[in-house]
Amino acid sequence: MNFRGFKIVALALALVATTLSVSAAQAAPLRIAIVMPSSTTDMAFSQSMFSALKAIQKEMGGESAMKIAYSENMYKVPDAAAAIRDYASQGFDIVIAHGSQYGSSVADIAPEFPKTTFAWGTDVNTFGQPNIYAYTAAAEEGGYVNGVIAAKLTKSKVIGVTGPVEIGDAKTYVSGFVKGVASVDPSIRVSKTWTGSFSNVALMAEAAKTHIAAGADVLTGSSQAVVGSIGAAKEKGHVLWFGTQQDEAPIAPELVVASQQYDWVSILKQMIKDRKQGKLGGEKFVLHLSNGGLKIVYNPKFKLPASAKAAGDKAIQGISNGSIKVTP
Amino acid sequence: MYQPATDTSIFRLPVAVGILAAAIRMATPYLFAAVGEAISQSSGVLNLGVDGVMLLGAFASFYVVLTTGSLWLGVLAAVIVGTLMGLLMSLISVTLKAEQGISGIGLYMFGLGLSSLLFKVMVGTVKTVVGFQPIKIPFLSNIPILGEIFFQHSLPVYVAFLTVPLAWILLDKTTWGLKIKAVGHNPAAADSLGVNVNLVRYISVTIGSIMAALAGASLSLALVNLFQENLTAGMGFIGVALVYFGGWRPVAIMGGALLFSTVNAFQLWMQVLNVKIPSDLAVMLPYVLTIAALALAPKLMRQPIALNKPFERGEH
Repeated sequence: MNFRGFKIVALALALVATTLSVSAAQAAPLRIAIVMPSSTTDMAFSQSMFSALKAIQKEMGGESAMKIAYSENMYKVPDAAAAIRDYASQGFDIVIAHGSQYGSSVADIAPEFPKTTFAWGTDVNTFGQPNIYAYTAAAEEGGYVNGVIAAKLTKSKVIGVTGPVEIGDAKTYVSGFVKGVASVDPSIRVSKTWTGSFSNVALMAEAAKTHIAAGADVLTGSSQAVVGSIGAAKEKGHVLWFGTQQDEAPIAPELVVASQQYDWVSILKQMIKDRKQGKLGGEKFVLHLSNGGLKIVYNPKFKLPASAKAAGDKAIQGISNGSIKVTP
Repeated sequence: MYQPATDTSIFRLPVAVGILAAAIRMATPYLFAAVGEAISQSSGVLNLGVDGVMLLGAFASFYVVLTTGSLWLGVLAAVIVGTLMGLLMSLISVTLKAEQGISGIGLYMFGLGLSSLLFKVMVGTVKTVVGFQPIKIPFLSNIPILGEIFFQHSLPVYVAFLTVPLAWILLDKTTWGLKIKAVGHNPAAADSLGVNVNLVRYISVTIGSIMAALAGASLSLALVNLFQENLTAGMGFIGVALVYFGGWRPVAIMGGALLFSTVNAFQLWMQVLNVKIPSDLAVMLPYVLTIAALALAPKLMRQPIALNKPFERGEH
């Protein structure tokens, strides 16, 4: 090909590319941005929301229908606030501030961008703004179910809880778990540790080892740092684990009994639907067992005795139909 | 073996044994990092990038074990990463004479970012590996109480404690140690006596960096047996603080590391046994006590006078 021929081909290619990008722009995909305090692979809080977004994207037909932009590891609130404002000013349709620590930032920023939908959690406060959704999970419900099954499985009658900081859904999950255990056998001792950090994996591992040394044969815990606890339980071999936020069985299929899984898909779909009809916020969403937002995922690779599973299912049913009331 | 749940007093022998055994184990990464940093600082180079090197060492060794199953290849990977990072830090701070504090912070951020990126691209999600298993040292591990506290740990724990006498011998009993300290105290004098200041600093920084990488590997291959983004959560910075705490003396650094880890183990046991103090207060304890000890301890300092100062021939 001579130089002239090359130029013609290049010109043609450029023309095709321009046409393609114009037609893509005409379809105007839905643009969602999310700001998260930890990583998309944390096996917990951030991952639960990120995988929900990915699932919706796939269902809607991929990147051409819905674009996802994300900022992870935004554990510094001022950085997160800058990112939230940035996404809003770039014209994203929905901006999700996925962390209860981001509340005041969202309350500040949302009034400046009345055409943008903001969503933040976990909390129930929409700050009276028409373009803010609040979302949270009734983590105590799955905590209760996990507690019931755990109480059926412990032989030493000692159960350890490895928590991060005593706030938010970590606190309510643990509170529900303790109540679930007590509903089966009040003589079982549930010991709790709080490491003061959502991300210190090594300290979480040591907390789990301490529980095990003190006689615990069943452990649970919350936050992205619990991978440390699960690792410690795995090392000891005979210790069982109950997860929350995300199905944690893939890390240790031989010892994870069940996990409470947050499924944000339904509330995200509701927000997208509302937006199409012109509603941008002003409502709170709570994940419950009854509305399918919370699921207890039994690990198929763990041989759970039938009686323990029956007790778990009964608790799920009781909470769903309101005959068991779990207060956080 | 286990006492029934009724007795939850913290003042019991099994609890004390549990606390001390955990303290020995938990001191491991701090020891590797701080003893290595002491060698680097003794030659006059402050390396604040320890935490970043730890993260890269932790990831590299974890990844190699995950893919090959060989713990020794994992350790080798950490050594290679430590060497490269040490040479990089030396190039920046010794040859190019950049401000050490700033370049150390840069090194930390580089390590944090790169280890997170590689983890995401090459592994994607949290996975565990089979790490170093506890070794019961024959005879010694059978001694009641002492055996359980000291002689039932995994190999990296023993090696970490072994670095203390080794570093002491290196710094205080060999000509090489004399050269390191001479370069750290008065590089011009050392230079006039024919010591190659930059070479000594390159080697010292690289030894420190290899030990930081091993500190990371001790986490991912022995203490938690997995990798997660920002696995160290700032341990490297505590390692740097321990160097000051111990006044650049390996044995005193070990004392500091043990104090910190003992109080940490103690507060975890307090929480497990439901001692009525707020958890926020409990997790603060190790830090508060370390600061108090630092303030009240007799000053054994032997701070390298040329610490943080690049060497330029003919300048004082």
